[in-house]
Amino acid sequence: MSFLEFSHVSFTTEDQSILKNLSMRIESGDFLSIVGPSGSGKSTFLKLCCHLISPTDGTISFKGKNLNEFNPMELRKQIAYCFQTPYLFGDRVKENLEFPFTIRNLPFDPERAEEFFSLFQMSADYLNKEVKNLSGGEKQRIALIRSLLFNPEILLLDEVTSALDVANTKIVEQVIASLNKEGTTILWITHNPEQSRKHANKVLEIENGELRSLEAIR
Amino acid sequence: MNGSTPIHVTSLLIASSLVFVTLFFSYWQKLKLEKETIISVVRAVIQLVAVGYVLNFVFGYKNPAFTTLLLLFMTFNASYNAAKRGRAIKRGLSISFLSIAVGTLVTLMILILSGIIRYEPYQIIPIGGMIISNSMVALGLCYKQMAADFKNKREEIETKLALGADILLSSKEIIRDSIKTGMLPTIDSAKTLGIVSLPGMMTGLILAGTSPMEAIKYQIMVTFMLLSTTAISSFISCYLSYRGFFNNRKQLINRPEN
Ligand SMILES: Nc1ncnc2c1ncn2[C@@H]1O[C@H](COP(=O)(O)OP(=O)(O)OP(=O)(O)O)[C@@H](O)[C@H]1O
Ligand SMILES: [Mg+2]
Repeated sequence: MSFLEFSHVSFTTEDQSILKNLSMRIESGDFLSIVGPSGSGKSTFLKLCCHLISPTDGTISFKGKNLNEFNPMELRKQIAYCFQTPYLFGDRVKENLEFPFTIRNLPFDPERAEEFFSLFQMSADYLNKEVKNLSGGEKQRIALIRSLLFNPEILLLDEVTSALDVANTKIVEQVIASLNKEGTTILWITHNPEQSRKHANKVLEIENGELRSLEAIR
Repeated sequence: MNGSTPIHVTSLLIASSLVFVTLFFSYWQKLKLEKETIISVVRAVIQLVAVGYVLNFVFGYKNPAFTTLLLLFMTFNASYNAAKRGRAIKRGLSISFLSIAVGTLVTLMILILSGIIRYEPYQIIPIGGMIISNSMVALGLCYKQMAADFKNKREEIETKLALGADILLSSKEIIRDSIKTGMLPTIDSAKTLGIVSLPGMMTGLILAGTSPMEAIKYQIMVTFMLLSTTAISSFISCYLSYRGFFNNRKQLINRPEN
């Protein structure tokens, strides 16, 4: 039984075949980099993983069970997806970090949020900042923290360092790598060839909606 | 009503010369509205005469079952219209019917229990008509807002879904905004009542000889009832229709634009 398994998965819209007959396995603890040209279907692949969309053909299973048999909300709590363009809602950062607590009927725990801020070497003052005043890179890291608060089993990252400078990219890479060491499975889309090989143990190349190669590098 | 002066048909004919004023302007300014003006005037007269006869008949026919049937018919027509405005809304017709029916029922019941009106056709039909048509407009606005929001705020909804939120929590802001959009015109018009315009019903009562102090009592009642009905029907329709934008796997679905 593999952890996350795609078998003959296709995703087709009315006028376009976006992913074609994809079969692959991801094991628990994997760090998978996903590369491929723009428009090749990488984001679509991750959205399938967290069940925001369903394959039009084929099946995806998690821990041996078809995704269709899971409660979608519980599944998405275990398989967290960070969007390519981070979206922060409400007026303040705090609302965004409260949301995961609200969903779980828990009171907000500011200490937990602060731990993550310090992990990313950000000041805890961000909690009260207004969303509209944040830079793209700040938004990306806050969106990341929002997904990390409750330790998901699989983390799906869609070009999360695209708006970050060198120093902050490094910080994020370090955090993700250490989460992976603690057992979190990582699927990371990146356009940066160097980044794709730095921490990953597998590299998946998608081209034109097809699986081009799946290479084990460690 | 006491003191009302009946209008003679000959006076009406003379008043019809007012239509020529419109026609003259249209012709002079090349608005090309002559044909449409004539059609609309003829239609208005025919429809009103027909309604006059129908109401005359209905008011004489005091069977409550018949009155109820008529109310249902009006509700159905209004739902049909509202659903047509909101083609992006799944099950728009049944949702509209339910929300308008409940809104109307609750409001009429309060009015009847408080002794303001009785279940007599000459009171129920016009009041029901006002309530139902107001709800219809409110629902049309709700649907339009909701469809636009579900199209423009996909990112926000999918972000919340991806965090593990249920569809209700992910749509809460949209539902709230849609209900607001449906209710605002009624609230706004209540705010300006008597300052910007004398509402049609009050004007009618005064023209028919009712004292202004009596007429405002009616208008106050109408304002209350329109507020409560739009609130109830907007609320029900929005909470029922947001689900149609998701599938049973709690995924946001692509709906064709209308
Ligand atoms: N919901 C949708 N409906 C229609 N077409 C879609 C939808 N989602 C994605 N596509 C199309 O599918 C293709 C793949 O999109 P996807 O976002 O997965 O690419 P990507 O590999 O992530 O690209 P990039 O590197 O630019 O982010 C694109 O051509 C896109 O236009
Ligand atoms: Mg992408």
